[in-house]
Amino acid sequence: MKKIGERVAERAFFLSALASSLITVAILVFMVFMGLPLMREGGFYQLLVKPWAPYQGAFGIYPMIVGTACISLLGLAVAFPLSLGCSFLITTIAPKPVSRVFRRLIELMTGIPTVIYGFVGIFLLVPFVRELFQDGSGMCVLTAALVLGIMITPTMTLFFCDSFARIPRSYLDAADALGASPVQKLLYVILPSARKGLLNGVILALGRAVGDTLVALMLAGNSVQVPESVLEPARTLTAHIALVIAADYESPEFRSIFSCGVVLYLFTLVVTFLARYLSFAENKKA
Amino acid sequence: MKKISWIQPLLIISILLLVCAPAFSGSLDPFQGEKGVLKISGGTAHIPVMKDAAKKIMVMNPEIQISIAGGGSGVGIKQVGEGLVAIGNSGRKPTDEEISRYKLVLHKWAIDGVGPVVNPKNPVKALSKSQMKDIFAGKIENWKMLGGEDRKINIYTRDEASGTREVFWKKGLDEGEIIPGAHVVVSNGAMKSAIAQDPYGIGYVSVGHIDATVAPVALDGVVPTIETVQEGTYTIARGLYSNTRGEPSGLTKKFLDFLFTPEGKKIIEEKGFIPVR
Repeated sequence: MKKIGERVAERAFFLSALASSLITVAILVFMVFMGLPLMREGGFYQLLVKPWAPYQGAFGIYPMIVGTACISLLGLAVAFPLSLGCSFLITTIAPKPVSRVFRRLIELMTGIPTVIYGFVGIFLLVPFVRELFQDGSGMCVLTAALVLGIMITPTMTLFFCDSFARIPRSYLDAADALGASPVQKLLYVILPSARKGLLNGVILALGRAVGDTLVALMLAGNSVQVPESVLEPARTLTAHIALVIAADYESPEFRSIFSCGVVLYLFTLVVTFLARYLSFAENKKA
Repeated sequence: MKKISWIQPLLIISILLLVCAPAFSGSLDPFQGEKGVLKISGGTAHIPVMKDAAKKIMVMNPEIQISIAGGGSGVGIKQVGEGLVAIGNSGRKPTDEEISRYKLVLHKWAIDGVGPVVNPKNPVKALSKSQMKDIFAGKIENWKMLGGEDRKINIYTRDEASGTREVFWKKGLDEGEIIPGAHVVVSNGAMKSAIAQDPYGIGYVSVGHIDATVAPVALDGVVPTIETVQEGTYTIARGLYSNTRGEPSGLTKKFLDFLFTPEGKKIIEEKGFIPVR
């Protein structure tokens, strides 16, 4: 009896794994298929490097690729030190009750919908940035990156905390025995031994930053130019898809957003493979 | 005593009904006993009227459910064409191709102006048409050149599926350039709150959306209001359309007919549009 149950469970799990991986592949196939007519006309490469000017018949997504890269990388630059600080406080410095409260708070933060971050950003950060720099509208790369950075910090922090917790107790004890200060412990023991976890956390958070739509849509200003400074508005690939999806189904504008989809997909793919490769290399070294 | 205790409220209700009856006879009569769900989406300029009409109908007839979504004219036409909604609103006339592809029937119920707006704190409240074209083309970059503060002009525009954008671009800018650095917002409401927040911004909204939070800009001396649109002195105007796939029937037809009744026209006027006779 037990054997049959096991077999059924095995089959069920296998089928669900197969289904989800097939769906993932099917999405890529679908996007490539839908984007094919336009890609064939102008060439996929042309789409990637041209500007977006639908009235002149140009449907390039280059400004959006640059916008996505700027906003997500800048967001990452904001989030990384924050997350490192938070996770170090929670795992090492703070006393147990305090760190437990902090951890709960950060877990709560991961659950807040992104639209809330965007909403608060519009009313607090946008006017602040506008008046601080006395330039532009406040809806710009910087504002979006700051909010995005705060948004991905909790995910990253929890990831860092877990990787810190996996460091063998004996390493930390040894550092204590040598009379290391907490900062020395962080720099010479924790950071080197948690490198793989840190990397995974960064890559996961980067994926979230690239994939987020609403924060950029609400705060980055959505202009279709390549931003020349962080105070200028920009549009991300995801915001672009959200804005253009309203256009006529048959129009080239609409078809061009499938190329955005393909680019986003490939980007995630590259990041995932990079993460796998790096952790694989790390394992081999150990 | 016991008997009176429930007769009394009944009496009050019937008196109330008698008193109120004239108020909801007439325009709302056809909805009596009607029930069902009506989905509406599309143009964001239409929303204030749609909401008010829906509220009036639903209060009287709780069996009727009317849902109203935005999305822009392009979305409205697309969704009604694909049968996702019963009524698809558009702030532009659907193209001949769209009409024939989706077999659309158009119901034009109001005329609406599209006017440039700035923040009420902005001293610049009048522009010539060529100045406005230069602003949107990026040739005039600073409010100082127009007599305002020494700050960069932040230009706001709408996405490509917007009927409001199309009308403003065609009739306001004479199909001139809108610089790629312009901010893009997704609805008339979003445009209004963006301008209300940004003292150095300029954008354009449906005249029906202009209220105290934003200031209309006079173009060549003509302030965009219902009156000037009606007189024809303010020329950046368009029809507001509700489109159906094929001839409407049932609840959809009754809802559209309501917009042409005296009460419907009153709502349209209250929201800042000119009802179609």
